[in-house]
Amino acid sequence: MNVTLTVNGVSHTVDVEDRTLLVHLLRDHLGLTATNIGCDTTSCGACTVLLDGESVKSCTVLAASVDGQSVTTLEGLADGERWHRVQEGFRAKHGLQCGFCTPGMVMAAVSLLAENPSPTAAQVREGLEGNLCRCTGYHNIVAAVLEAAEGSVAR
Amino acid sequence: MIPAPFDYVRADSADAALAALREHGDDAKLLAGGQSLLPLMKLRLATPGVVVDVSRAADLAYVREDGDVLAIGALTRHCDIVSAEVVTAHAPLLAHAASGVGDRQVRHRGTIGGSVAHADPSADLPTALLALDASYVVRGPAGERTITATEFATGFLETVLAPDELLIEIRVPKATGEAWGYQKFTRRAIDWATVAVAVQARGGGTAISLGNMGSTVLRAASAEAALAGGASAADAAQHADDGTEPAADVTASADYRRHLARVLTKRALAAAGRS
Repeated sequence: MNVTLTVNGVSHTVDVEDRTLLVHLLRDHLGLTATNIGCDTTSCGACTVLLDGESVKSCTVLAASVDGQSVTTLEGLADGERWHRVQEGFRAKHGLQCGFCTPGMVMAAVSLLAENPSPTAAQVREGLEGNLCRCTGYHNIVAAVLEAAEGSVAR
Repeated sequence: MIPAPFDYVRADSADAALAALREHGDDAKLLAGGQSLLPLMKLRLATPGVVVDVSRAADLAYVREDGDVLAIGALTRHCDIVSAEVVTAHAPLLAHAASGVGDRQVRHRGTIGGSVAHADPSADLPTALLALDASYVVRGPAGERTITATEFATGFLETVLAPDELLIEIRVPKATGEAWGYQKFTRRAIDWATVAVAVQARGGGTAISLGNMGSTVLRAASAEAALAGGASAADAAQHADDGTEPAADVTASADYRRHLARVLTKRALAAAGRS
């Protein structure tokens, strides 16, 4: 079946099997491999992308279901050479170690800040409960999101 | 992991969904937010031949007041229930339970009707809705019928829904200003409840429901009767697990679940101002 969707501002029509998951459409059909597959069971959040601006786990969404909708992946966050403020926050506070969870963490944080622009540290921790980091990096991840929330950059 | 092959049918209204169910019969499975069904399909524990996707059925996504009742469309997402002012005003127990479903990503996709129809006994919303005396409106070829939360689930992931019926609305009697409590025990933040207890006061009485204490969500009838008979909350809570047959699994033994039911009932009653 054909699925037409906008990914990072570009419209695509992709011929996929009916059972194709959104994460496979992004990675295998569009070559957007920033979105990782971690647990593959809706637990770890590594595959988090934005669907019409809201975080979802792309391993648990059918590609067919998002026909006509808009998806943002990590590749779509930066404005040319200018990083998104959440990306800047992760760099400034070293909010990563191995980096595997990072794309999902960043996308979850972008969605969280869209819904709660000035969260407390506790609200950030709770807001990222759907994303697992196995390098014990939560402390710096929370600091990175708070940095992004406080940042003066308009984006 | 990917699901076994199936044919995908998109149904963007209740009528379109009913037509698809009529056409495909027993082979069809309704897909709402997919946060429970898709994981089961990926594990090949569910292998429907036809998936009827109702996730974009806009006519079933609403929260509105209907006299003394909150009428909630089956395709209303958890995140929209959490933030709906009429829910926080008239059924705060439901808003609170919805805020603890899975995680933010899950709450952006998952729906109240999907959760109810899936009938997982450890799910937050069916547990809360049972304490709220909710009822479920179902539409099928013969028209609509209303089923109480007590009668809806018949076993683990089993309900009274016929293959050609669609859950369209959840009706919650308003509990404005009434006390409530919700206690959920999990080992990790995003887990399903090991045990959950919902308490809802209403007109001088107190309803207590249990999540994951059997094959369906249950009312703690003995504890409710003890309270009605004048027992203290602490004494009534000792009867929370009366008559239950909780499962043993990797997270808890049956005896531990019974212990949790008693402790969590006591805490939920305390949260609702009963001591």
